[in-house]
Amino acid sequence: MAQIIFGLVLVGAIAIFVYHVRLLRKTILLGKEVEIPGAPAQRWAQMFRVAVFQQKMMDKPIASAAHWVIYVGFLVINLEVLEIILDGLTGGHRLLAPYLGGLYDVMTVSAEVFLGLVFVAAVVFLWRRNIAKVPRFHSAEMKGWPPLDANIILWTEIVLVVALLIMNAADQLLQARHVAPYEAVGTFPLSQWLMPIFSSLSDETLIIVERAAWWVHILGILAFLNYIPFSKHLHIFLAFPNTYYAPIEPAGKLSSLPQVTAVVKEALGMPVENGSSDGAPQTLGAKDVTDLTWKNLLDAYACTECGRCTAVCPANLTGKKLSPRKIMMDTRDRLEEIKYALHKTGKWESDGKSLLGDYITPEEIWACTTCNACVRACPVLINPVSIITQLRQYLVMEASQAPETINVLFVNMENNGSPWAFPSADRAKWAETLA
Amino acid sequence: MAVRTLSVWAAAGEKPEILYWVGCAASFDDRAQKIARAFAKLLDAAGVKWGILGTEEACTGDPAKRAGNDFLFQMLALQNIQVLQTYEVKEIVATCPHCFNTLKNEYPQLGGTFKVWHHTQYLSHLIQSGRLKLPDNGSWEEKVVFHDPCYLGRGNGEYDAPRFLLKKTGAQLEEPERHKDFALCCGAGGAQMFKEPEPGHKDINIERTEELLRLSPKRIAVGCPFCMTMLTDGVKHAGKQTEVRVQDVAEILAERLGLL
Repeated sequence: MAQIIFGLVLVGAIAIFVYHVRLLRKTILLGKEVEIPGAPAQRWAQMFRVAVFQQKMMDKPIASAAHWVIYVGFLVINLEVLEIILDGLTGGHRLLAPYLGGLYDVMTVSAEVFLGLVFVAAVVFLWRRNIAKVPRFHSAEMKGWPPLDANIILWTEIVLVVALLIMNAADQLLQARHVAPYEAVGTFPLSQWLMPIFSSLSDETLIIVERAAWWVHILGILAFLNYIPFSKHLHIFLAFPNTYYAPIEPAGKLSSLPQVTAVVKEALGMPVENGSSDGAPQTLGAKDVTDLTWKNLLDAYACTECGRCTAVCPANLTGKKLSPRKIMMDTRDRLEEIKYALHKTGKWESDGKSLLGDYITPEEIWACTTCNACVRACPVLINPVSIITQLRQYLVMEASQAPETINVLFVNMENNGSPWAFPSADRAKWAETLA
Repeated sequence: MAVRTLSVWAAAGEKPEILYWVGCAASFDDRAQKIARAFAKLLDAAGVKWGILGTEEACTGDPAKRAGNDFLFQMLALQNIQVLQTYEVKEIVATCPHCFNTLKNEYPQLGGTFKVWHHTQYLSHLIQSGRLKLPDNGSWEEKVVFHDPCYLGRGNGEYDAPRFLLKKTGAQLEEPERHKDFALCCGAGGAQMFKEPEPGHKDINIERTEELLRLSPKRIAVGCPFCMTMLTDGVKHAGKQTEVRVQDVAEILAERLGLL
């Protein structure tokens, strides 16, 4: 009976997760097609360096150390989860023990070591966030859901760790008492210290404790799995594709819009190679998320709101409204609306709202110096400047809503080929006083 | 030696080895013109055959591009590329990292591919290849702090060339708290130079200058004419203009070579 229930829950949880991953993919692919520079070999290398080995996390040693612990812990402890799933499906108990022999002790010992380390790391993260109040976790956009989301993740990790430790402690007591099917297997250096708490319980109660902890752990994991697509925790999956698809080119480079090239070449009387400027008119720049590239949208979902970008943004540091993290969070919030519509109706039709205006204001995007400090700071190669530039392009080329001084700049550049109103004839005057 | 434009070189049936892309700031801004003159003297001292476009140079289009006007950017870029190709230009050196970045990274997509140097890279190259000789005038008890330009550093990964040159001058080079890939912007990029800042509690150039002044330098070295303007204003704001000079790396190098 328990096996059937477990099997149904497992299949159901995975099915719901797969549905939401597919929905997510569909949402991201609403973004514009974009060519991503860099050969696959370079991209794999980049992904290994930045995502697998977390190179950029190490800019902040304490956060990096705690993050490494949770990351490796996740992988190591999941080996034990594999066994839990097999036990659940077969009705067995510690099914892998006979097959692994001495290795089984290695598995249980390393799992227990990491259970302890993950517990400590989660406490460190909770402390940094809620007690030490690291400033980047408390800036303007970190109100309501974002900090709650972060705390839910950390507390869930603690609950999962504790459940596993309780399960192992009860298991060891039952093993010592030779209660079937609790055969003496595994070594548990951490949870053995919890045994005295439960040692006065009867065999029957211990079995209930052990089973309850087992169910809490596995149901917790399956619930957490289905929480991830709605959480900043999605970065545990998307950090990998995001670093793979991050363009390999100098950060200073901005691509030119091909549809503009065609128009400008025609205006200058130059031959236009790739067809003419005719064809379906495309929005210049971006007003809504669907005008951005799919990589921009993947960026938004890969963001875990750590705020390293905003902490180094010169505009934000000097009190301007711009926050690169908010640019990413707004993009994601807007995408979530569209994703919900896709879930409800299967298709996306404009609801009259847009990223620019309803989420991000012109004041924010005009404060950017395009200095790329945010891009440098991001541990998973997210590029907020790319989104900011596309929003500016829409404001300037589609809506004609540049700030007054920027319009003066454009007029000067058009008339004099210089941002200032100096005549081109004076260009070499600097050299007249050369000896 | 008089500065020759590419049309003058062409009329003489010759070609210079490199085009110096002066940029709008060094062409028109009184202070930045001194950077161009210092760099020109260094090129002559190294015996480089160089030329400028003069009246045929136009803005690379960078501020328009960063401000979202791709039409204007491409209009200027395509015309500049045409001029560069007419003179069969192969190599370009710029004293402005914004020009450098645009010419190097953004012109190829529009059909203009050149070898492009920032002047600190080119000067390092001239020294390393033995063409620009530095007199051994010993150590120099001058504390200099270098401010990384975003479009040279983070934008293009060049942190060594300006530091190499400053060390060659014998200066005591010190690093501000935020430097190299974590350097703080001066506040001019992304067309900010040409507009009023958005409301905030401080101007970016003040924030950056304060950080640089905390090291009590004699000079602040820059590699960009816009950083020059922003940090010069910042030094004035702090009332330190008589104690601290803001200079381009090329100016410091030319001074140490006795060229100024």
